[in-house]
Amino acid sequence: MELLIAIMVGVLVAASVYLMLARNVLRFLFGLILISNAANLLIFVSGRLTAEAPPLIPEGADAPLELVANALPQALVLTAIVIGFGLFAFALMLVYRGYQSLGTLMSDEMRLAEPKEDGQ
Amino acid sequence: MSWLLAAPIIIPFATAVLAFLFRNGPEGRWISIIGAAGLLIASGILMAEVLAEGVVAAQMGQWGAPFGITLVADLLSAVMVVITGITGLAVAIYALADIEERLEKLGYHALFQVLLAGVCGAFLTGDLFNLYVWFEVMLIASFGLLVLGGRRDQLDGGIKYVTLNLVSTILFLSGIGLLYGMTGTLNMADLHGAVQEVENQGLLVVVAVMFMIAFGVKAAVFPLFFWLPASYHTPSVAVSAIFAGLLTKVGVYALIRMFTLVFTTDIAFTHTILLWVAGFTMVTGVLGAAAMNDFRRILSFHIVSQIGYMILGLALYTPLAIVGAVFYLVHHIIVKANLFLVAGVARRIAGSTDLSAIGGLYKTAPWLAFLFLIPAFSLAGFPPLSGFWAKYVLVKAAIDAEAYVIAGTALVVGLLTIYSMTKIWGAAFWKPHPGGLQPKLSSLAPRDRAALLVPIASLAALTCIIGLFPEPFVQFAERAADQLLDPSAYVAAVLGADEVGLTGLAALEVTE
Repeated sequence: MELLIAIMVGVLVAASVYLMLARNVLRFLFGLILISNAANLLIFVSGRLTAEAPPLIPEGADAPLELVANALPQALVLTAIVIGFGLFAFALMLVYRGYQSLGTLMSDEMRLAEPKEDGQ
Repeated sequence: MSWLLAAPIIIPFATAVLAFLFRNGPEGRWISIIGAAGLLIASGILMAEVLAEGVVAAQMGQWGAPFGITLVADLLSAVMVVITGITGLAVAIYALADIEERLEKLGYHALFQVLLAGVCGAFLTGDLFNLYVWFEVMLIASFGLLVLGGRRDQLDGGIKYVTLNLVSTILFLSGIGLLYGMTGTLNMADLHGAVQEVENQGLLVVVAVMFMIAFGVKAAVFPLFFWLPASYHTPSVAVSAIFAGLLTKVGVYALIRMFTLVFTTDIAFTHTILLWVAGFTMVTGVLGAAAMNDFRRILSFHIVSQIGYMILGLALYTPLAIVGAVFYLVHHIIVKANLFLVAGVARRIAGSTDLSAIGGLYKTAPWLAFLFLIPAFSLAGFPPLSGFWAKYVLVKAAIDAEAYVIAGTALVVGLLTIYSMTKIWGAAFWKPHPGGLQPKLSSLAPRDRAALLVPIASLAALTCIIGLFPEPFVQFAERAADQLLDPSAYVAAVLGADEVGLTGLAALEVTE
């Protein structure tokens, strides 16, 4: 199971790098979604997977009685998903605004902040 | 105790909420100034405590050290928070005259305070995942500030800034995941011991390089700096100044923290990479600056080149070099923020930051010229200003470590820095204004003039004080460097003195 997810993380990263190398900023954003999900899965799998053993402590005990799933990576992933979602929403909005006022999605043509010098 | 550590984070957040509620009136900007002053006071108290007591740590929510979130301040963290307070207050005052009402109504002051909270949080946290969260707080606030107003070049620069920083964030997050998988802990003090136990040291170095790249993007080192000169000259001057002063330095701080506390298992490999990075960063930054023709864009490239010096101190990894890095970090924040503030005043009275479109400032605004000279000479490393001592310590450390090539590079880059400072001086101050304009400080309203010049003069005075009386500051940097190179006090403060040898996964396995 861990191997399977590890391979999946690799495939996701490869696909996202391919997308992010594109000149089109929208493709870059799609790559960003993929790679942030890959990072979340990576955290999840690096906390080791324990199937069908929810981390519950029975009443009266101080610690779980038997081996249970590691809850910490799930908490980390949850935080990362929320933050990633917020940042992605911002980035999407920014690119949309950029498209409206710059009239392009190609990063090559975005030269307003760094205009080409004359004679080049 | 815990209030002391939490105050530099809580004060800006509370101020942000208030400033947002009062964003439509003039109260907002005064709330922002009061909040920034409060932050400076809180950071001063924290500093006094750290100087008196050594490393101060507190567990948030009373959860014990490796499990809960720890806030911890050693001398480096404390001085960074103090400097954040100083720069924050200076820029908050400057914003009185610089930020238009339209931007205030959009929530400039609230975003500014959230940025300060994020920066302070990043300096004070003792937990790696929490550091990630603070980076995000800082990033989202900086995104907002950068594109606030929505001019076309701001959006253009913003897209590059946002995309590249998001990639670095993902790398940071993946590094955290892998490190957790190997050690079972994310508490930085706990990691210090836990990485020694890792069997697969090769993988640890891979993770170290992931962190190096992630923080390297934030710190704008070669070859990861391209977002910085693309965006830093586009927002309002107050925003540029706080970015230039603080944001990249959070990356440098994180590099120093991680590569002195955690990733010290293969110094020969990781710190050699850092040394090369430092050299290239210094050279490309200064050459980029030489090619630019705009006040703020020259300064932006100089941020990159100066970051190289700080990384150089970390890369040499001798006690003296770390002293130099800490000293440089503190000196540079003050000087760089100040130069951007001067650029803003020059734009206000001469009409532009494009060097070919302005001029004549020396003749008609000599005080501004004087206030530019102090940080500019300090940046270039003229005695007796703060930059001279910072460069002196670093070059001395490089020669002591027999790294002559990098010492020579640092000196040559210093010379080239003078070149671009004289370029600004010649174009903006000496040559007559091409439009025949006579830029005068008296053309500003008296209230604006005070708000613009008081912060500049105060920061310049601070530069002179550090330069003329460097001894206490160097001694302080020596103490900070001692703490960094021997983290036992840091570890003991976080984990408690009775810490047993087992940490992370090893400790868990024993209890199982």
